[in-house]
Amino acid sequence: MSFDWPFFWHYLLRPSAAYLNGLMLTLVLSVVAQSLGTVIGLFAALGRMSHIAPLQYLVRGYVWIMRGTPLLVQIVFIYTGLAAGGIFRFEDISLGILTIPGNVQAGLVALSLNEAAYMAEIIRAGISSVDSGQTEAAKSLGMTYGLVMRRIVLPQATRFVIPPLGNEFNAMLKNTTLVSVIGVPELLLTTETLTSATFRVFELYSVVALYYLTLTTLWGVVQGRIEARFGEPTAQTPTEASFGERLFGRTLARMARGKL
Amino acid sequence: MSGATAKILDSIGGLPEPSNDEVVRAVDVRKSFGDLHVLKGVSLAVRRGEVVVIIGPSGSGKTTFVRCLNHLEKIQSGRILVNGHLIGYREVGGRLIEDRGRNIARQRREIGMVFQRFNLFHHKTALGNIVEAPIHVLRIPEATAIKTGRELLARVGLADKADAYPSQLSGGQQQRVAIARALAMKPRLMLFDEPTSALDPEMIGEVLDVMRKLAREGMTMIVVSHEMGFAREVADRVVMMDDGQIIEEGPPEQFFAKPSHKRTQAFLSKIL
Repeated sequence: MSFDWPFFWHYLLRPSAAYLNGLMLTLVLSVVAQSLGTVIGLFAALGRMSHIAPLQYLVRGYVWIMRGTPLLVQIVFIYTGLAAGGIFRFEDISLGILTIPGNVQAGLVALSLNEAAYMAEIIRAGISSVDSGQTEAAKSLGMTYGLVMRRIVLPQATRFVIPPLGNEFNAMLKNTTLVSVIGVPELLLTTETLTSATFRVFELYSVVALYYLTLTTLWGVVQGRIEARFGEPTAQTPTEASFGERLFGRTLARMARGKL
Repeated sequence: MSGATAKILDSIGGLPEPSNDEVVRAVDVRKSFGDLHVLKGVSLAVRRGEVVVIIGPSGSGKTTFVRCLNHLEKIQSGRILVNGHLIGYREVGGRLIEDRGRNIARQRREIGMVFQRFNLFHHKTALGNIVEAPIHVLRIPEATAIKTGRELLARVGLADKADAYPSQLSGGQQQRVAIARALAMKPRLMLFDEPTSALDPEMIGEVLDVMRKLAREGMTMIVVSHEMGFAREVADRVVMMDDGQIIEEGPPEQFFAKPSHKRTQAFLSKIL
């Protein structure tokens, strides 16, 4: 076996600036795509559950396509495909000192739209898990649909959504590697660039694997904390549930006051 | 209304008989779930301050009827007016068209509802449950809502439970909070859908006490219940439903002493 240990340690412990940039891009892509995906997914879920039939079918079709085709195909289609077809070309956007390259935008769009389809199903399941009596009680107090959702249903759906959302973000951290095919210099593409210069595939892929493993492990810890904070689904042991609910309630109160 | 006023009203036999202003008028209400006809033309008028108890076997449509009164269920035909307003629908050229959600929500503000399963908001404290709608629907200042909320909690005997979550309360306590929550909207009509059916026997009394007090204070109430003692004591009128229809109604003394309908007799003999 040929494994250059010094080379391995060097790249693991003293990553180059380009490598750290790649890492940063991976993180930014993951967080932004997951956030956008969650927001779009929320509206898709509400659309899917609405009484307006065309809206339902629209969302169903959307979910069907996004979950039924490979993410890699979607990424290339959105960036290269649309441009080649003369339909839409992602141009670089300049925001003062920061320039967002076209391929990064396309990668974000693809990741977000793909994620939204999965989040739509997760959020729909979360909303369905909230007892219909909650909605009826809220309605009987004169709440409009928007209020019922915002004040009563969604806060209670959150606890059902948080665990799968965590898993989605874990997957997202790794799925960002796919945008390397359209030239987004995230962690994997940076690694590939390095390998083509050094031919040290074994060592460098070990390094990049460890980086992803570290990211997902750290996220696992954070996820555990978030889940503890939002409380377990109600209540085998009353004291525990009330503690969780208290935290939950306080968080919501803060959200309502716009401090979170 | 203060306790003293209630006492005075008691001594003169309740609120003065209102000039026949109707709070509820339901006319020939029909509803079906697919092939199943749940309501086969139900008509009922309820005057201000009146307490109407609806009894009947399960599946007779009494719960469905009460849920139609605040449009938690759609109806296929007929008219329901509460405080003179058509509920849930607009009438266009003699046909009923379902109203916009916003308008329906507005109509529901004046109709309090208490459910069999309490349906307290699990993520809110007892006080939080009570002030939620006044703050966010009526846009009452938070401090005012909280003050009123505490008074309401005291009125249902739960002043010390303001910060308790529903999971920390007994069924009877939850139902009393639910009543306070409905009252916080200052409704002109209260609907009770089997409010004591999900309770352990020892907790039924505390909920009925609150309802009794409310009736004495002059609240207009429609109560679906199997509590015959309550009906006998508090109701101005008992209504018997069977198979999607009202088959008999009358003041409790007469209703329980000599029910005229055979099915009422059979039902009462089973339940009393």
